[in-house]
Order: sequence, then C-alpha cells, then structure tokens
Amino acid sequence: MASLNTYRAGPDERGHFGIFGGRYVAETLMPLILSVEKAYGEAKADPAFQAEFRSLLKHYVGRPNPLYFASRLTEAWGGAKVYLKREDLNHTGAHKINNCIGQILLARRMGKKRIIAETGAGQHGVATATVCALFGMQCVIYMGSTDIERQAPNVYRMKLLGAEVRPVTSGAATLKDAMNDALRDWVTNVADTYYLIGTVAGPHPFPMMVRDFQSVIGDEVRTQLHELEGRLPDSLVACIGGGSNAMGLFHPFLDEQGVRIIGVEAGGHGLDKLHAASLTGGRPGVLHGNRTYLLQDSDGQIQEAHSISAGLDYPGIGPEHSWLHETGRVEYVWVTDDEALAAFQTCTRAEGIIPALESSHALAHASKIAGSLPKDHLMVINLSGRGDKDLNTVIRALGDAESMGML
Amino acid sequence: MSRLQARFAQLKAENRAALVTYVMGFDPDRATSQAILDGLPGAGADIVEFGMCFTDPMADGPAIQYAAQRALAAGGTLKGTLAMVAQFRQADPATPVVLMGYYNPIHAWGARAFCADAAAAGIDGLIIVDLPPEEADELVPHCRANGIDFIFLTTPTSDDARLPAIVGNASGFVYYVSIAGITGTASATATAIDEAVARIRRHTPLPVCVGFGIKTPDQAAEVARLADGVVVGSAIVAAAENAREHGRDPVAAALDLVRTLAAGVRGARV
Repeated sequence: MASLNTYRAGPDERGHFGIFGGRYVAETLMPLILSVEKAYGEAKADPAFQAEFRSLLKHYVGRPNPLYFASRLTEAWGGAKVYLKREDLNHTGAHKINNCIGQILLARRMGKKRIIAETGAGQHGVATATVCALFGMQCVIYMGSTDIERQAPNVYRMKLLGAEVRPVTSGAATLKDAMNDALRDWVTNVADTYYLIGTVAGPHPFPMMVRDFQSVIGDEVRTQLHELEGRLPDSLVACIGGGSNAMGLFHPFLDEQGVRIIGVEAGGHGLDKLHAASLTGGRPGVLHGNRTYLLQDSDGQIQEAHSISAGLDYPGIGPEHSWLHETGRVEYVWVTDDEALAAFQTCTRAEGIIPALESSHALAHASKIAGSLPKDHLMVINLSGRGDKDLNTVIRALGDAESMGML
Repeated sequence: MSRLQARFAQLKAENRAALVTYVMGFDPDRATSQAILDGLPGAGADIVEFGMCFTDPMADGPAIQYAAQRALAAGGTLKGTLAMVAQFRQADPATPVVLMGYYNPIHAWGARAFCADAAAAGIDGLIIVDLPPEEADELVPHCRANGIDFIFLTTPTSDDARLPAIVGNASGFVYYVSIAGITGTASATATAIDEAVARIRRHTPLPVCVGFGIKTPDQAAEVARLADGVVVGSAIVAAAENAREHGRDPVAAALDLVRTLAAGVRGARV
C-alpha cells in the first residue's frame, strides 16, 4: 500500500479505520452510543473539560511519570539505548487510570450515576473502582471467574474501593466473557448506566476516545525525550492485548516516518498452540461492537485466547491496530509466555523494577532486537504497569523453589 | 409474493396474529433440534425463527446462552443450520423461516455467498442482532438480491427520530424488542407495548411482531391483541431443556408449549 499523508486522521465519521471499527451493537444501545459520541465531541472541544482532565492527571495520577534511562538493561542487551516509560508509577499502578479519569469526567457530564466495566487482569477494574470512589458513583465490575482466581489481590482492591465485583462463569470465564456480560448489563440499564470500556476496542467512539485519553503517554515521551536527547526516538515498543497502552504511546508518533513502531502480542504457548496473537494468528471479523482481527474458527466462532498475562488474554484487538497492521505503518510481532517470564526476571534483577507480565512482553521483544541495533539508537519501551499483581502467577510458573531462590 | 407476505396476508384474512417461535439449531443436538423444527408448524407456529449458534451471544439471557453452548458442543455450525432448514423445506413449502443470530459467522462465510446459499436452503428472512441500520449496508443489498427479508429491530430506545431510518430499509416485518434488555428476562406492560406498536405503525405499513419476555399463553394472547405477531423464544428453549434434564422428551415438551401458546394467540381476538 502506498504511504498515506497522515496516519492520524481516523476514524471517519462512522467510526471506521479503513474497513475496521464501526458500531456493531444491538439497536437498544445505538441511541446511547450516539449520545456518548456527541457528548465526547463536545467535551473534547471544551477547555474546561480538558483542564480538569489534565489537572487530575497531574495531581491525582502523578503525571508526568518519568521516562527513565535503563542503563543496566541497555548494558545487558548490548545495543540500543533503552528508555522505559514508567506508567507503572501512576496511581493504581498502570496506564489504565489515564483513560478512566477521562471517561469518568464524561460520564458525570452526561449525568450518569452508575458505572460498569469489564476487567481481565483487574487493572482496569481497579482503576475504574478508583475513579468511582473519587466521584462517588456506583460501580459494578464484571470479571471472569478464572481471572478472579488468578488476580485475587486486585479483586480485594476493587471491593475495598466500594465496587461490586460480579463473577462471570460463561464461556472460558475470562475477559471476553466479562465483556459480554457488561454489554448485557448495559443493554438492560441503558438509562442510568455508563459503560467505561478499558481499551481501544468496542463500538465507536470508544476506540477513538480511549486512544485520545491514553495519548498523554506518547505526548509526554516526545517532550521528555526532547529534553533528554534533543530528538525523536528511533523505535517504540509496547505490548498489545486490546492495545490501549500501545496506542497511547504510538499515536502521537504515527506520522514521524523515521520512528519504527512495534506492537507485541501475546504468543502464549506458541502460535501453533493456545495464544492471544489476534493479528498474526487471526483474521477480520465482528465482535463486541467492532470489526477487527479476531481469533476464530472457519465457522466464525470465536476461539479462546491464552496468555500467561490476564490483561492480554483476549481474542481480539483494537480496530485501529488492525488498520495500522494492514497499512504496514506498525510492525506487529509476538512473544511467548516463557519469553515474557524471562524478561520479567531480567528487568526485575537488572533495574529493580518489577514489571507487569503484560509489559514483560514488550521487554521480551526489545531484548531480541536491541543487541543488533547501534548504541545511538533510542528505544522507548512502554512499561505499562507494575508486576505486584502477578506474583502468584509468576511463582506458579517458575516453580516455588526457583522463585524462592530468586527472592 | 414472498412466504412472509403470503403468511401475513393469510393471517390478516383470519383476523389473528402470528405466533412466531424461536428455537436454536443443534440444541441440544441435531436430531432433536430437527424434530422440534419439523414439528413446529403442526403445533401451531405460523413463522419459525431458527437460531444460529454463536460463542458470544451478547443480547441473550441465560436460556439462550446455554442453548448456544449446547449447540456448539453438539457440533453446531452455520452450514449445518442451513442444511437443517433445507431438510425442513422438503416437507413444508409454506411456513416462513427466519434465521436469527449474530453477524460474525455470516461475515466469516462472506455476506454475498451466504445470502445466495441461505436463499437456496429456503430461508426467508434474517435477524442479525449486532447489525444496526448504521452497519446493515454490508448485508442488506445481498439479502435483497436473493429475495431474503432483512428484519430490523426496533426497541424502547428507538425514538421517533430514528424510526424512519430503521423502517425505511425494512421488509418482511418489523421486530419490536419490547424491553431494554436481554432475551428471556423482564416483560413489558401491555400499555407500553400498545403505545410502541402504534408509534411504529405511524412509520411503516409492515406487520409489527413483538418479542422479548413473552413466556405464557396469557401473555401471548395479550400481545396478540396489540400486534401482528408474537415472538416466543426462551420459554420454548427452556421447556425443552427442562424436560431433557428430567429424562422426559424435549421435542414433546417444546411442541406442547407451542400448542398452548398457539391456542392463546388464536383465541385472543375472538
């Protein structure tokens, strides 16, 4: 495909990025989706809304967070100069809070009193419960019962914050099924409820809106790297489940042709086994309100995803990523559970930073390519969240003896 | 004249509403599901809605969610569902069959090819829950080219501003989803249904069928006085499954319920 003048103009007025995106929802939800779109359009243009958003990001979330030169990783990998964008230092421990602040302000502006959300790893659930506590709103979180087990600390956090956590037992009882139940709740409580979607997926305007709120990540990187190095990065690396941390980092740089951009999907046990690499292992389909790459069988039935990281365990991906994949602007690759675990340990030991298993996927791919890059190559990796929530999973995966040895 | 047009014309002459029954293909297995499907017209169903199983039925309540899981476990596919309708058609050339489900299996097949194959199997209409008017353009022209009616859904949230855009493209009949919610849960009041049907009729001459939350013969009779058709789904699906769980015949249980619903609908305007 010929290169475009801009990769930042999407979506069109019907919410499409090329053939991807759109509004594939039940008629009951359409008027509400249209009202969210209208309300967001007005809020986006309202300086008071933007000022309140920025102020909360600064004083409540703690932004800007550092762009940290990881000298020990740089040395260990022996090539590119590696910077980590420290989303793990945000209040609640991940990038998810950026979007939640934006959407809770929108929900309040729309007069909604009740917030629902889906969560996989629990990071989005915690961030949603947090902003609901802050704004005094009722909060219901849908979470697969499988995820409730493997992310127990986050379940307690949500409950402490006053949220009701509803276990979802249908399907494989993970993120996809939680999203189904959240949509069922929304269609039933359409009048007073706002669905605070946690990633750059779902029906228009959610992919666009979540991207806009998360773009603070890339905007800060641009400014910070200019201060530190006086120039643009040479490459950006981020992990992708639905893809919100990646989109937040990538979007401000899409039109900088010299910046190589890499999204890392969850390869699970490998692409010939169970995995969550929708772009590499899937094909376009329609689910949860948008057309995008999906893991599906030949009959169009959605397949279960697998990743060691609950936050990447989803058979789809945000529609703008599907479009960036097909246009070739962004490279999409995958790493396995084992590679992510190894990178988790490397980062922890080398930098004293325990990364989320999600972010460890980005680190794992970076570790593969950094050594072959020149020493003046500036690489920015999005450290999208901290790994405290993953300790149970890591202990189980590494075996008790080895992890005790690690401690 | 299409089968749907012929059936509604016939019912108008008889001054009664249509009983529209929903069951899912392959629930709980192909043979049982085929027996239920084949028995529906004899039990009093005027129009058959046949569910296409899908892994992620976002607009359905527990009864139909479980039905989809059973159907998939029994090897249910869209291709198999069309084959079941083709078999039904060999014995019944008149009863309209409308497929209901979600878009992705059709998307995977390809909209154009699917519509041609569905028409060849004897399918008269499609209800696709997650294809609102805003996205329906990618399927409706292929339906039309093959003589298949695309049945649009209207809901309590479809206001007067939206209704013209919805029904302007509609054919066959208009489906009124009587509650904001999922299948097989809450029920609307007669007053609310009456007002909504009157509102829809101001925008279209097409028959209006009402569904969601209608479970008993009395409810069916009440709606039959207000609308051109009464859709019952979850209650039939649940009756069959309840019988199966207790070692009784699911085919008889489903068709017995359809008989009592049909009696309710047929007696409604006497």
